[in-house]
This record gives sequence, C-alpha cells and structure tokens, in this order.
Amino acid sequence: MPSAEQGQAAAIARARADSLRYPFTAADIHFMSAMIGHHAQAIVMSRMAPTHGASPAVRRLAERIINAQQDEIATMQRWLADRRLPVPEARPGPMKMTMDGMEHEMMMPGMLTDAQMAELERARGPEFDRLFLVDMIQHHRGATSMVRDLFATPGAAQDETVFKFANDVNVDQTTEIARMQRLLADVMTAP
Amino acid sequence: MMSAGFQSSPAAARSRVAPFLSLSLAVGAASMLACAPATTTSGMGSMSGSSSSMSTTPPSPDPRVGLRAGLMDAGEASWNMRVLSKTPPSEKFVGITNSDLAFTGNYAIQGNYNGYQVWDISNPTRPTLRTAYVCPASQSDVSVYRNLLFVSGEGLTGRLDCGTQGVTAPVSRERLRGLRIFDISDIANPRNVGNVQTCRGSHTHTLLVDPKDADNVYVYISGSSNVRSAEELPGCVSATPDKDPNSALFRIEVIKVPLAHPEQAAIVSSPRIFNDLTAPARHGEAPEDIAASRQRLDAAKAHGEFTGVFFGAERVLPSGMIRPLLDSIVRARGGSGAAAATAEDSATLRRALPAMLAGMFPPDDSHHGPTQCHDITVYPAIGLAGGACEGYGMLLDIRDPAHPTRISAVADSNFSYWHSATFNNDGTKVLFSDEWGGGGQPKCRATDRKEWGADAIFTIVNGQMQFQSYYKLPAAQTQYENCVAHNGSLVPIPGRDVMIQSWYQGGVSLFDWTDARNPKEIAFFDRGPVDSTRMGSGGTWSVYWYNGVLVSSEIARGLDIFELTPSAFISQNELDAAKSVHFDYLNAQGQPKLTWPPTFALARAYVDQLERSRGLSSSRLASVRDALANAERASGGARQGALALLATQLSAEAGSSSDGGKVTMLAGAVRQLAGI
Repeated sequence: MPSAEQGQAAAIARARADSLRYPFTAADIHFMSAMIGHHAQAIVMSRMAPTHGASPAVRRLAERIINAQQDEIATMQRWLADRRLPVPEARPGPMKMTMDGMEHEMMMPGMLTDAQMAELERARGPEFDRLFLVDMIQHHRGATSMVRDLFATPGAAQDETVFKFANDVNVDQTTEIARMQRLLADVMTAP
Repeated sequence: MMSAGFQSSPAAARSRVAPFLSLSLAVGAASMLACAPATTTSGMGSMSGSSSSMSTTPPSPDPRVGLRAGLMDAGEASWNMRVLSKTPPSEKFVGITNSDLAFTGNYAIQGNYNGYQVWDISNPTRPTLRTAYVCPASQSDVSVYRNLLFVSGEGLTGRLDCGTQGVTAPVSRERLRGLRIFDISDIANPRNVGNVQTCRGSHTHTLLVDPKDADNVYVYISGSSNVRSAEELPGCVSATPDKDPNSALFRIEVIKVPLAHPEQAAIVSSPRIFNDLTAPARHGEAPEDIAASRQRLDAAKAHGEFTGVFFGAERVLPSGMIRPLLDSIVRARGGSGAAAATAEDSATLRRALPAMLAGMFPPDDSHHGPTQCHDITVYPAIGLAGGACEGYGMLLDIRDPAHPTRISAVADSNFSYWHSATFNNDGTKVLFSDEWGGGGQPKCRATDRKEWGADAIFTIVNGQMQFQSYYKLPAAQTQYENCVAHNGSLVPIPGRDVMIQSWYQGGVSLFDWTDARNPKEIAFFDRGPVDSTRMGSGGTWSVYWYNGVLVSSEIARGLDIFELTPSAFISQNELDAAKSVHFDYLNAQGQPKLTWPPTFALARAYVDQLERSRGLSSSRLASVRDALANAERASGGARQGALALLATQLSAEAGSSSDGGKVTMLAGAVRQLAGI
C-alpha cells in the first residue's frame, strides 16, 4: 500500500473505534481518576522496602507492585487525556471532588492515613515487613472495593478500557492479597 | 485479557513526526544485519522475504529492537520463518479488537469484540473472507465442533439480539453474558441456535470432547468479572460461599451441549475445584530447592527443634514463638518458666502444637485462593486439564467431564496472573503463561525481569508439577508495546516439544522446550509498535499451528499467516513431518494428541535429530540415509524387506547410542513405514 493509503487506513481504524465506543459515565471518570492517587500511595509504600530492611520476599513483592501500578497509572492517565478530562498527577493523597460548587477532599477506601504512613516510615526489618503486609492488604482491599462500587453503579463500566482495566485491578490485587496473607504467615513465624 | 481500547485522534497527529527517526533506526538495524542472512528486516512494510540459515547463533543485534512504528506499515523482522499473507480486517471489524482463533476444515474463525470473521485459508497466501458476523461481545473467544460454533461474551454491552447499541440498564433481560451457540452448517449464514447465560459471563471457554460420549460436548466457562445481580439472572449470588452456599464465586461452570439439540445446552455442574487449596504461594521450586529445604527441615528436627504444619508446608518454628508456649506449660505445673523446661514439658508442647497452630492460622477458607480460572486447557487423550486460575496453576482430572477434580496445584511468587496452559504431546510437561498486567501493559522492556510476565515450565511426576524454568520473549520491546506471554500451541515437530506463542506487540516466538530446564528460541516474527509516541492497541493475540501453517490473530492488523523455513534448528524433513499431521478442526484449548502418519520424512526427521544430538556416528547416519533412500526407490516386497531389516538393525543399536530413545523412535518409524 502507498503511504497515503496507509495513513488513511489508520485514520479509518481510529474513527471506527471511536464511533463504536460505548458511553462513559461520571462513575467511570471518578474510578479512573481516584485510582491514580490510590496507586500512587502503594508506590510510595513500596519504595520504602529497599531502605527499610525488608526481606527479599517483601522487596520482590514491592518491586512488582511498583512496576504494575506505574504502568496502570499510565493507562488511567491516557484514558482521561484521550477524553480531554482533567488528569490527576500521580501523587498520593485525598481525591479532590467538587460537590454543590464546594471542593471536598475524599480519602479513597483502603488508603493509609498520615499516621499509618508515618508508622510505616519508622519501621525497620521484620517489623517493616509485618506492617507493610498488613497495610498493603488493607490498601488492596480498598482497591477491590472500589471495583465493586464501580460495577454496582448503573451504567458504569460499559467502556471497553474501563471494564477490562477494572477487572484487571480486581483479579491482580485479589491474587496479591492471597499472596500477602501467606507472606504474613511467613513473617510472623520467621526465626 | 486486554486492557487498551483503540486510541483517538490526538495520537494520529502526533505520530506523524516520529516515523523518520524510527525508519532510520530500522534501516540501521537491517544494514548491521548483513552478516546474518537468516533474518529479514523490512522497513517498508512489504512482505518479508524468505531466507534460511544453518547458523545456530541468533541474529545479533536482535533485529526486533528499533523497528519502525506504524499501524499497517510498521517495520518487520523475522528469523527462520516467513510471512505468507497479511490480511487486514474486513470493513465492519476495522479498529475493533481481534481476539482468539478456532479452525475447522479450510476455515479460520477469528473472534473480534464486534463479532467474528470466517476466513477461507485453503490458499494461505490469499485468505478470503467467507463471513463477517456482527454480534458484539468481549472477548468473543471462539471454539468450533462439527456444525457448531461457540462464542464467549463477558462485557456488560453484549446483547442477546447481537445489536450494536449496548445495554446501559444495570439490570436487563437483553444482556448476554455467557456463551452464544451458532449453527454454521451453512458457514455463510450462521444461525444463533442457543445461548447459555452465566453469572460472571465468559471471558474464555474450553470445549471438551469426551472420547466416551458421542452425543454431547462439554464447555468449561472461565470468567473472573463481576457477578451479575439475581434480578438479571436468577440464582446469581455474589456473596462468598460461607455466607451463601450458592455463591457464584470460587467455582467454574460446566455446560453440556447435546449435539442433536444445541438449543438445550445448559449448565450441568459448577465444580468447586478451588476448595481447600494449601499450596504455598512462593517461587516455583526446582527439585534442588525442594531437596535443600527438606534437608534443612530434617536437620532442624534431628536437632530437636519444633516444627508445625500450616499453609500447606511443614516449617521450623522460631524460638520466639516456642518460648512463651513452653513457658506457659512449665508455669501450669508450678514450675518457674521455660528455662526450667523438662523433656516431659517439651513432649507436652509437641502434642499440643498442632491444635495451637490450627488456632493461630485457621485453615485457608474459601475467602482465599482463586474465585475463578482465566482459562483451562483440556487434553482429553490423557484425561487431564491444566487450569490457569488467578494465583494458581492446577492439574485437573477430567475423565468425568461434568465433574472435574483437582489433582494438584502450584503457585509462584514470580507469577501474577496464571493465564493459560499447554501440555507437551506426551503429557509429561505443562507450560503455564502469566499474563501480567492483563495484556495491555508493556512487560517486555529491558528493565522488566525475565521471570515476570513469562512462561513457567513444569514436569508432571505422579500428578505433581515440578518447576523447571521460565521462558520469556528474549527481545526487549518499547514502553509503547503491550507485551506479555499469551496464547500459543505446539508445532508438531516429531520427537521434540516445540511451541509457537503470541506476545502481543512483542510478536510471535517459536521455542524448543524439549529440555525443560533450558527452553530456547528458534524462530520469530515481530513488527514495530502500532504507534511510536504512545501505547496503542495491537499485537498478536494468538498464534496456532494449523495444517502446515502458523495463523496469527493480530488485534489491530488482521490475520497473519506464516510458514517456518528450514534452519539449523528445524530441518526440511522435520517440517515435512510436521506438515503430515492433519487436523479436521482445532480449538487450541482442547489440545489434540498429535500422531504422525508413517512417512519417509518422519524417519528422516529422527535421523536429522540424531545428527544434531550425535546419537549415531556420522558414518552410520550416512548409511541409514542411504538405506532409506534405497527403500524409497524400491517398491512392494523389496521396500518392505529393506525397511524391516533397517528397523531391526536400529532397534539393536539403541542400547549403545547416547540418544537411545531417539534411535528407538526412528526404528519404530521405519517399522511403521514397512507396514509391520
């Protein structure tokens, strides 16, 4: 194919994909925005592992969480940008929401409080392992509850990317929770 | 799973700038490769040329690195294989995700989030569209059996009437999540003859043909999406099994399809194959790891240390845990504390420990472990299935098709999400893939670990899986190429375990895993990214060997067909033998037993393998080749006599060969050729 035709084929493909995209809702936007800050906190927690005397198993888990959630943040930011929606920075913290013209700050489910973050920051060695696992299980459970809320919202998750992404977050983090529960058993019984 | 949808127009504008840079890189790579003739690089999107090499060294630098981006005009690199055809999607499917493949007769059936396309591939250099059936559903996983086509629906927008408008109501009787059944007796006019609705939809499904049941086929449904409400589908329960025994979680669904009455297809059982899972979620242990930990445990026990069983493994209990327990026992009899413990106190503790541990670590109840499988590969000829189920790989006994039971399970801390399974032909090994990140993420960057988002290879010994090694696409991909282990199938090279596999935008990779500890890539095909400036949706979803060719479903670019070219790793005789294997139909997740008809190519394939392994001397190899050539020229009784003599000689030589097993296989192939 000559290159002009190539370009045209690509444009047609994109136009068709756009025209067949199912509508997205406020719940989808909220999910894709709020999960960015949620993921960002998991990354901050995980980055402590190498400097806080974490065991090799916990360091490896933390490395996986960083890799996975950084890529997922990129997916969420891309989805929002493609729809010309505000793209939150990947910074842990409460989600800013405007209701009745007033700005409110809302902590997403499972996110650690400042006090919990400070406690984790102070911990070292086996105590860091234990606290990290307990905190990250809480954090992941929050993420899976956000997925449940999304699917419970009328009209939400019709968008192909949102549907797949939410399912991915759910199965990956559910699987990781089970792994962390077992790691915790190891940590609690370590010599 | 695939995450990314097609991207919108801002990217199209941006991508115009970058091709020049990428093009120069691709040309640079091609010119550096002048000394590696086995590889073809094409920067202009033209059909890759065919070339072959007897070199055993992979091309270096890897020509897959730095390929020019483009949707339909990306740079290409191939090694030991060549493109026969590249067919873009038909009009109603352009821009919509292509998914899995099934085959029947001369047809390849390609699932798509918008329905499915049927391609006539009798001429693999020129596939022709036979049917384009619009019926949206994610992911439209497809299987075929005789006149019936099965299509999976998982997403919330699939409709019973195949309409394209979606379903926005949260509860709707118009929604289809489950399995669609089509009669394709007239392949140009499929008829939707039945639908089976399931609580979580069908992400994938697996068709099981029971060798003992001629009247029915079975379909295992896998899907880990949300449970629909009971108002939409009565009986669906999203609470966990401890709260409601009818929970749709922690089970798979088995659908029975009466072949004479597919409209009566229905769920016949929901096996809870995940109950009581105790396999520890750690790195897959190699035999030496297991031996070492056994040794540590034995030494600790010999030393009088306390051990206990929890989470499926016997562990040495730390003194920090034992001391307070011992302390309380001593105090209970009026003693001063742990320091004063006697042998009798220790014995008391040993007796009490199991109950104490049970209290501290309640057995893994149904809250833990997988709630579903991602995909199941059945291998009816050996009565086994490989279930890839969230954090676990499982072996299932499927001899009673409606009631599969778990034989064993493995977990691996390097694995995120167990995606699918492939057995080797004799059922002594199983390969599981890990679709880390769901298929939409770039997990093949130079910075991503080799054991993450990879395949894990296990040997099967007495129904237990033993970890051997990982295999991952060896070529680094860009951050804009979604890449992770995905679907593939065995290539019927006799006497070896060879597999072709899709890695999304990482392309397809052919590898030999005969030596389970050392899997090795032996051929590949790859394109540059769909977009050089951002993550675009594309890449190969699945690639399967079907009757002599490799057919790949490319998410964005359509249907690709390849053929292998002879190389140092696969000889022409081995290819000819592979091409002698014929399937009437193929669903890769219903793994067929490969059998090779007796041919001279089969015998010569084994001779070539003995040359590679130095299992026979070069003079003996030459005389065997001569004997085969003479027999082929002869006919009737003379041929039979010559072959029978050769077979007898070879059988006798097997014992003294360093590759006696292969000599025996060769003798068997020659004996079959003789017809005795």
